[in-house]
This record gives sequence, structure tokens and C-alpha cells, in this order.
Amino acid sequence: MNHLSEEQLIWFYYGELREREAAGQHLAECDACHAAFAALEQRLAQITEALPAPERDAQYGAEVWARLQPSLAEPAPRAWFWSVWSRPQRWAAAAAMASLLMGAFLAGRFWPRQQPEIAAQTSSPQVRERILLVAVGDHLERSQMVLLEVLNSRPGEVDMSDEQRRAEDLVASNRLYRQAAARSGDAGVAAVLDELERALLDIAHSPAPLSSAEFEGLRQRLEAQGILFKIRVIDSRVREKAIGRSL
Amino acid sequence: MEDSDLAAIEQARAGSSDAFRTLVERHSRAVFRLAYRMTGNEQDAEDTVQETFLRAYRQMARFDGRAKFSTWLLAIASNYSLDLLRARRRRGELTDDDGVLPLMERPAPDPSPERFAQSAQVRERLQTALKGLSAAERTAFTMRHFEGVPIEEISRALGSTNGSTRQSVFRAVQKLRLALEPVASRMP
Repeated sequence: MNHLSEEQLIWFYYGELREREAAGQHLAECDACHAAFAALEQRLAQITEALPAPERDAQYGAEVWARLQPSLAEPAPRAWFWSVWSRPQRWAAAAAMASLLMGAFLAGRFWPRQQPEIAAQTSSPQVRERILLVAVGDHLERSQMVLLEVLNSRPGEVDMSDEQRRAEDLVASNRLYRQAAARSGDAGVAAVLDELERALLDIAHSPAPLSSAEFEGLRQRLEAQGILFKIRVIDSRVREKAIGRSL
Repeated sequence: MEDSDLAAIEQARAGSSDAFRTLVERHSRAVFRLAYRMTGNEQDAEDTVQETFLRAYRQMARFDGRAKFSTWLLAIASNYSLDLLRARRRRGELTDDDGVLPLMERPAPDPSPERFAQSAQVRERLQTALKGLSAAERTAFTMRHFEGVPIEEISRALGSTNGSTRQSVFRAVQKLRLALEPVASRMP
């Protein structure tokens, strides 16, 4: 057997080398590979030792459950996002989106199919709207994060599989919000969501991994659209209104 | 998937809060450990644990059993940790110099002053190197190295290929080893 490469040594260490038996035999016979493996073991042990995590005792799970249980019964609203929709002209859009979201809930797109406690709560219009606003706020925030991650990636070969998966997840919900905004006559919001949808699709459908040229093309398209800035403007408006209402 | 998890998941999907509680109690500690290593502080790790189980509860219908439930939870925790840190940076609570991963709170305990200084150097270099890892590298490495999750499991949970996950872990190990080289030669 030839000398083991660094990659083979790493997978041997993690027990994930396909030719494990032959590699083990080679390590026992080859001083150079044995020394290389010993050095690798030492470095990885140093990493483990230098980055410890505090231990939690056996009661920790019960403590987590005690904190979690109230949230399962009633998802917390986002006050800052609530305020932007509280203007009278936003009610039509909010109501349209609430109906749309309820449809989505029933279709099982946004919500687990069998959750009696939450399903019962959605019978109240106030709760429906609150769930809607939480969902829309979460959607915008997640979209910004995906865009930021892509735009902040480094030049060269780029593995964006994580961002692509998240972008793909966001496309379906974005389409619902865009259609609802268009139906309610809010052309400005619909236009921004339309641009966001195209940006998310662009990310989701890019090759993985991207070559340097492909990544640069994607980055330039996103920057040319200025989509991140537009979402930030909406975000900023919402926050200002939230602050104004809390004073 | 563990049989006991499978039974609890089915019951939780049917609306049993006791079953979901079982899952929370069973997996909280592992989720906390990963969240701490991703966020670097206990408060953020605790927030991540809460949000992870909340999202798991809401998305239970989407869990398809391709990965273990425990690995699925770690993937949710990892994504949320990264989102949390990026949001912090956007709000100015972290600077670009902090990277995605802020400094760990705790020094590694060591009684010898000389060894302590070396450990501090190792930690500092590792923290700097960790900031340079991509999200995919950091997530895959943390799950593989610290939590012992097999590559195939990580790939299923993250929706990536085995080759891509292996590449992420390999690159992460290379970068961290490289960062340790200057101090490693002086270490016993």
C-alpha cells in the first residue's frame, strides 16, 4: 500500500476510511505514516481540549422543557413587525395574508399536520394575524441572512449548498406573500418580494460548488438588483415605527 | 433512527406533548453542546436550545426519518446559531473582526503556568482559524469532530452529498491544523 494521504489519515482517525483494515496494517508497518498519524491525533486532541463545552447535568432536559412548554402553547409575537401592519391601510393586506396563510396551514405547508393545540388557537382572528406576522417577519429576516451569507462569501470556489437549500425553502413562502401583497393592492411590497423571489431562485439554482466566475456573476446580479438594500429599507421603516409606538 | 425516538416522534406528531417532552429531555444536552461550540457563549447556546426545539416542534411533519432525529436537531441548532450570530453582527453587536464565531468564554483549565500560556496560544489560534471557516465547514466539523456524527448522517440532515460534507470536514481540519502549526512544535 502507498503512503497514506492527509485526507486518508483524517478519515482513518474518524473511523470513516473505506480501506480501514489495509490502512491500519500500513500504519503499523510504516514509520513515516505512523508519525504523521500520531501528529494528526495530537492536533485533533488539542482542538478538543482547547474548545470545551460546559457540561449540563441530568436535570437539564427537564429545565429546557419547563422553559419551552409555554412557547409551544402560544408562539410569541414580534412586536416590531406588528406595528407596521397596524396602520389602517395595511389591514386589508394583513387579512388577505391571514386567509392565505390559513390555507397554507390547512395544506400542511407551514405547519405540522397534526398539532391540535395550535390548530385550535388559529380559530381566533387575532391569533391568526399574530401567527401571520411572526411568519412574515421570520421570512424577511431569513431572506436577508441568506443574501448576506452569499454576498459575504469569499472569492474562489464557493460551496453554497447550505445557502442554496435555505433559499429554496424560502421561495415557496415568498411566493405566497408576494401574491397576497399583489392581491391587496400593495404594489410596492409586491415588487420587492418579486425581486426577492428572483434573487432566491438565482441562488437556489446556481451550480454547487460555484466556480470563481460563477460566484462573481451571481454576486454582481444580486448587487445590481440592490435587493438587500430594499429589504433593509423595509426593515428599517418597521423598526422605526416599532420604536415610535413603544415610546 | 433509534426505535425509542421513532415511537416518541409518532406520538408527538399525533399531538402528545409528553412524547415531545421525552425527546426534549433526551436530546437537550447534545443540542446545548453543539450550540455552545457554534455560538461561543452560554446565553446564546441556551437561546439556541429553546429555538431548536420550538422549530422542531413546528416542523415535526417535515421530519422524514432519513437522518436520525438527534442529527436533525443538531442541524436545526447549527442553522439557528449561524442566523443568530449574523443577526448580531447586523445589529452591530459583533464586528466584522469577530467573524461569525465569537470568542469562547471559557479557558481550558490547566494548572501549569507554562502549559497555560501554551494552551492560551492554542485557543487563540484556533478561535482565529474557526472564524475563517465557512458555515458549511464549521457546521460539518462541529458535528463530526465534537459530536461524533457520521458523515453520512450529517449529509442527510443538511441535505448535502457525502462528498461535499467530507470536503467540508477535511478543509476545516486542514485549516485548524495549519493554524496550530506555529505553536504545535513547542507543545509536548
